[in-house]
Amino acid sequence: MKRASLSPRRQYHQARWNEPILYELGSPGERGILPPGIDAAIEAEIQGWEQRIPASMRRESLPNLPEISQVEILRHYLRLSQENLGAGLIADMGMATSTVKYNPPVNEKLAGSPKLTALHPLQPEETIQGILEIMYKLGQFLAEISGMDKVSLQPRAGSQAIYANIAMIRAYHASRGEGQQRDEIITTIFSHPSDAAAPSTAGYKIITLYPEEKGYPSLQALEAAVSERTAGMFLTNPDDTGIFNPRIRDFVEVVHAAGGLCAYDQANANGLLGIARAREAGFDLCHFNLHKTFSTPHASGGPATGVSCVTQALAPFLPAPTVEFDGERYYLDYDRPESIGKIGQFYGVAANFVRAYAWIMMHGAAGLREVSQAAVLNNNYLMKKILEIPGVTAPYEPGQPRIEQVRYSWQKLIQETGLAITDIANRAADYRMHFFLSHHPFVVPDPATLEPTESYSKRDLDEYAAAWASIADEARHQPDLVRDAPHRAPIHQMRDQEAWLTDPDKWAPTWRAYRRKHSQAAGRDS
Amino acid sequence: MEELTYPYIPNSTPLAKRTMLAELGVDDIEALFSAIPSELRLKRDLNLPEPILSEFQLERHVNQILGKNISTQEALSFLGSGCYQHFVPAVCDEINHRNEFLTAYSGRAYEDHGRYQALFEYASMMGDLLDMDVVNLPTYDAFQAAATSMRMAANITGRKEILVSRAIHPDKVSKILDYNGHILEFIFIDFDPQTGEVDLRALQQALSSRTAAVYFENPNFFGVIESQGARISELVHQCGGLSIVSADPISLGILKPPAAYGADIACGDIQSLGIHMQFGGGHAGYIATRDDPTYLLEFPNRIYGLVPTKVPGEYGFGEVAFERTSFMARENGKEWVGTMANLWAITAGVYLALMGPQGMAEVGQTITAHVQYAMQALSKIAGVALQFPASGHFREFVLDFSRSGKSVAEINRALLAKNIFGGYDLSGKFPGFTNHAAYCVTEVHTKADIDRLAQALTEVLV
Amino acid sequence: MSRARVRLGLIVNPMAGLGGRVGLKGSDGESIQQRAIALGAQPRAGERAREALTALLPLKDDIEIVTYAGEMGAEAAESLGFRAQVIGRIEAGRSRAQDTRRAAQSMKEMNVALILFAGGDGTARDVYDAVGSDVAVLGIPAGVKIHSPVYAVHPRAAGELAARLARGERLAFREAEVIDLDEEAYRSGKVSTRLYGYLKVPFVRQFVQSAKSASPASEQEAAREIAAFVVGQMQPGVAYIVGPGTTTRAIAACLGLEKTLLGVDVFLDKALLARDVNERQMLDVLAQYPERKIIVTPIGGQGYLFGRGNQQISPPILRAVGRENILVVSTLNKIIALRGQPLLVDTGEAETDHLLQGYMQVITGYDQRLIYRVMAADSQAGQAL
Repeated sequence: MKRASLSPRRQYHQARWNEPILYELGSPGERGILPPGIDAAIEAEIQGWEQRIPASMRRESLPNLPEISQVEILRHYLRLSQENLGAGLIADMGMATSTVKYNPPVNEKLAGSPKLTALHPLQPEETIQGILEIMYKLGQFLAEISGMDKVSLQPRAGSQAIYANIAMIRAYHASRGEGQQRDEIITTIFSHPSDAAAPSTAGYKIITLYPEEKGYPSLQALEAAVSERTAGMFLTNPDDTGIFNPRIRDFVEVVHAAGGLCAYDQANANGLLGIARAREAGFDLCHFNLHKTFSTPHASGGPATGVSCVTQALAPFLPAPTVEFDGERYYLDYDRPESIGKIGQFYGVAANFVRAYAWIMMHGAAGLREVSQAAVLNNNYLMKKILEIPGVTAPYEPGQPRIEQVRYSWQKLIQETGLAITDIANRAADYRMHFFLSHHPFVVPDPATLEPTESYSKRDLDEYAAAWASIADEARHQPDLVRDAPHRAPIHQMRDQEAWLTDPDKWAPTWRAYRRKHSQAAGRDS
Repeated sequence: MEELTYPYIPNSTPLAKRTMLAELGVDDIEALFSAIPSELRLKRDLNLPEPILSEFQLERHVNQILGKNISTQEALSFLGSGCYQHFVPAVCDEINHRNEFLTAYSGRAYEDHGRYQALFEYASMMGDLLDMDVVNLPTYDAFQAAATSMRMAANITGRKEILVSRAIHPDKVSKILDYNGHILEFIFIDFDPQTGEVDLRALQQALSSRTAAVYFENPNFFGVIESQGARISELVHQCGGLSIVSADPISLGILKPPAAYGADIACGDIQSLGIHMQFGGGHAGYIATRDDPTYLLEFPNRIYGLVPTKVPGEYGFGEVAFERTSFMARENGKEWVGTMANLWAITAGVYLALMGPQGMAEVGQTITAHVQYAMQALSKIAGVALQFPASGHFREFVLDFSRSGKSVAEINRALLAKNIFGGYDLSGKFPGFTNHAAYCVTEVHTKADIDRLAQALTEVLV
Repeated sequence: MSRARVRLGLIVNPMAGLGGRVGLKGSDGESIQQRAIALGAQPRAGERAREALTALLPLKDDIEIVTYAGEMGAEAAESLGFRAQVIGRIEAGRSRAQDTRRAAQSMKEMNVALILFAGGDGTARDVYDAVGSDVAVLGIPAGVKIHSPVYAVHPRAAGELAARLARGERLAFREAEVIDLDEEAYRSGKVSTRLYGYLKVPFVRQFVQSAKSASPASEQEAAREIAAFVVGQMQPGVAYIVGPGTTTRAIAACLGLEKTLLGVDVFLDKALLARDVNERQMLDVLAQYPERKIIVTPIGGQGYLFGRGNQQISPPILRAVGRENILVVSTLNKIIALRGQPLLVDTGEAETDHLLQGYMQVITGYDQRLIYRVMAADSQAGQAL
């Protein structure tokens, strides 16, 4: 068998185009495109059309946009595209909790069909039967995968789905006359920040549970947290450590006994498809991220899709419209008097519905199970390799398998070398890696959270672990090399970050702000 | 049965599984799931359709379903009302289809320098179009941008009452109330039945020291250009509140940016900027303000900022004032951050770079002229009246069919038979709108298209 | 580009750590030190200091080390080739507490950028006595007792932090508690700690920025948020017994009051009712005010809620006020530093300890609440640090 070789990584250098900011390109009068002009036949027919714009609202001077030829614009953006490390270019297993997996090009081809891209959301129902059919069937698939009864595809990301879920919980309690009384939401500190932030945005007080020896909170802690004020509980399981709380059903029962509802953040569902569902654990609501578990691309950070799934009891509150089928035709149902209303514009990110539908159809029940088994096998295999590196640990439950991800701690190496975890992260860029440390707060010290998903091969895993071992070795023997990293990235180490990003006199969120505050620095040649 | 090997799952081969399990000292993969108790297990297969394992067959299957749609490439559409049919330059698609951007996610500037720069450039160009210094990485859509802007204004002013122009999409009202209804208080301001613009007298009556902000759109939901934006901003400023204006950036080559008439917060959707309609999947919401920490620190969304590196002249990037976000402060952050709509921001950036100042002015002119022609041509038809005929319009206008004796639903069904998507039915959705529809005309429509609609309507209404 | 040399103070307490290997639970006091040496103990603090200085080697030309002669610092510095300015000396093998204090005092006067001191809790106390929280200091762990969070986790880490300072990086500072055991009591099997004060300790505010994570908010900011929340919740007519700590000090500051640094104060109607009260005075307050609450914050890295540094809040007081009227406040970072270990109570009375056991709400920010475990210190034996 071939041994994992690190040499490709050692010789790697990311593209470094040193591209100017667009404003530094081009020259006055250059054009990138000529948009459709006024139809000559129309121009001949009407006069004084400019006067129909109220004088008070006419723009007086042209906006200060760059003027660049199309050739240069395309080149600029192609170069920028090369200065990225996405799932298509690397074995992207460092972005745990986000399940960065393979995004099959066939799904892009389908989502790019003019039969979808040129569809207006308000078209007559008979002209959108195809997309409604996909939405309806995808909804059924996700209901089956979660065990819930009905879904909404409308939220445009996981966090918005969490928001939809808290809005439904509120509507549910209000319908029972308990809306005012129930104003607290319980979550765990290892759950995604949005599990606290979205209910807080909705006006709820948050109570957070803290993990104990096994990596998850005790049932007694939850019992101390619930009361007649409990509206519900939001949590991930497994959470970001990859540890599954086996008492989750007891947790749900404690909250139910107090009159609260339970919402399952299924961001970490990639190891559970066809294996364990929200239904069996007793949850009332859950959400999936199509851009994580169901392979729609992360798209540089969206558009995404969060799918809210609920039991029959919560179904009346789902965002409107829902997609229904009467046996002959698919239709949008707006007649939902108890609905929380609109979560977002129209029906969500339709291209993702097509991608996720195709991806599930490509796998079927056995394939989805295979996805989860491979994801869990990969994770435990990688964990074994990573834990062979001196100075790296996986806090909680040593020796036990994890589900689909692991939050490692580099603390021992950090203490031994005096380097910072950020130095390690910078050096990782030289090995064409990036990794997610942890959400705040860093309960696990000097963290790195890895999730290898089902998409990467044994070769990838071996090579990845070898790269980590190499960095650990460098940290011990060539600390300056690590401290001054990155060396082979598109840019060198940044300086004065804190001042430039937190000082209002310095921060430069746009080019115009930069020019105004740093005129002496503006422009490379000046 | 022979075990299947899945092309997307490298380690689905029996050899890989065997080798890796052996390495773990485990006989059965089941052992890795030992933490999940039996009573939580699904003890049957998921009830899903048989898989379509061949990519060729899968493509045929999905395309066969999508084929049941009739798109705006096959029919002539005059629908707008939040989602717009505009010209999409080929370079926009070329860039947002790049696998490098499509599959990138959330590295730092060391790994994803290109993504940072493209998004910084997007914000910079939007800033110049809007004449404002701070622009977020977009939120989900214009609905969320409006709802969030209101929450920001309430936090900035320490007040709770928001005055909202009624000339907005009813679905947006639903979103705003769902998002803010339990935290803020709302007063809806009627539009002037003659002009469709904000009724200044109603506004003045509603304004008080409780007012956190006035929210209006320009052009509004009826396509009407609010000519008194400066007066509205002045009135709310006199009460110590903020002016929030939602403006479509595609109008800003020809219309004044909100900042020019006193807006403190501008917001809206960028779908018009080089992003296909996609059945409503192409939305992304911008929010912009002046560069004042009081404002910037209230943004919930990411804002990228330029950072120097150890090499002079090299540009690095980071997140401005990240501690305000939920990633730093969990429940005490502003709203939340997470995956939102960055690919559309990159695309809109490409669009603005391509268009340049001249292109933005020209597209605004084209839309205005086409709309003028359409309003003129359609209002001549018997039974059709132009709502708010004296007002300035951009991209959309409302037709009143009450004198035709036919309902909008009937008319649209008849138009569909002629392969035309008629305007969005507003009947009953606004005071006085009994049999009305919103029509949208952009730079992609020709005189022939508009004449075809006019002809069809004439036939339908006889 | 030439830069002014960075001046660093170095104090090695050569006696630190002597007691550990020979089972003496500390090395404070000359007689104990003599006993330790007689038992065969080898001084190890110099070695630990050298380990720390190794991290500064690449910056040798940029720094100037100010220290005392011989084993109090010069030896360690010179053995690695550093230029050391010797500002005082001691008789070999006879370093005493006052040597540490004198050295720290002189270094403060010389405006050193940082004093590195190798020792244990006793050494930290001596440094504190000399310079208070005026000068930036950092401990190189070398002693037997290290309860004060003024020490780096490892000698190398201390050196690295000093190197960052020498390289001109901007460091953040925090006030860290100086805690020491009463060694006499400790040797006879009883644990009793005192909070002596606060030293100004640098730390790297790691500017962690990836799209999904970032550096933690500053401790002061977090304490201010907690304070604003607690003050907002304060009810009229209720006597608030407020224990020592930086977090509780922020509550006083939010009220515009000055809190006794190490003592317990009582607030009423957002004003000071009594300063630095002892158990007797507190009981008087309780007798007068039927409605009362206790506001406490865990002390140091060990997470003692009661029984360390706030023994005035005694079992009778705790029983009188009742568990439900105890408000626990703590920055999240302090909780995280416990590494999952429960908050501890050791009031000296098992019954009261058990009353306090279980789960309590901890206020960690503005309206941010965490449920955390509280245990009696005795049931924690064997699990402890």
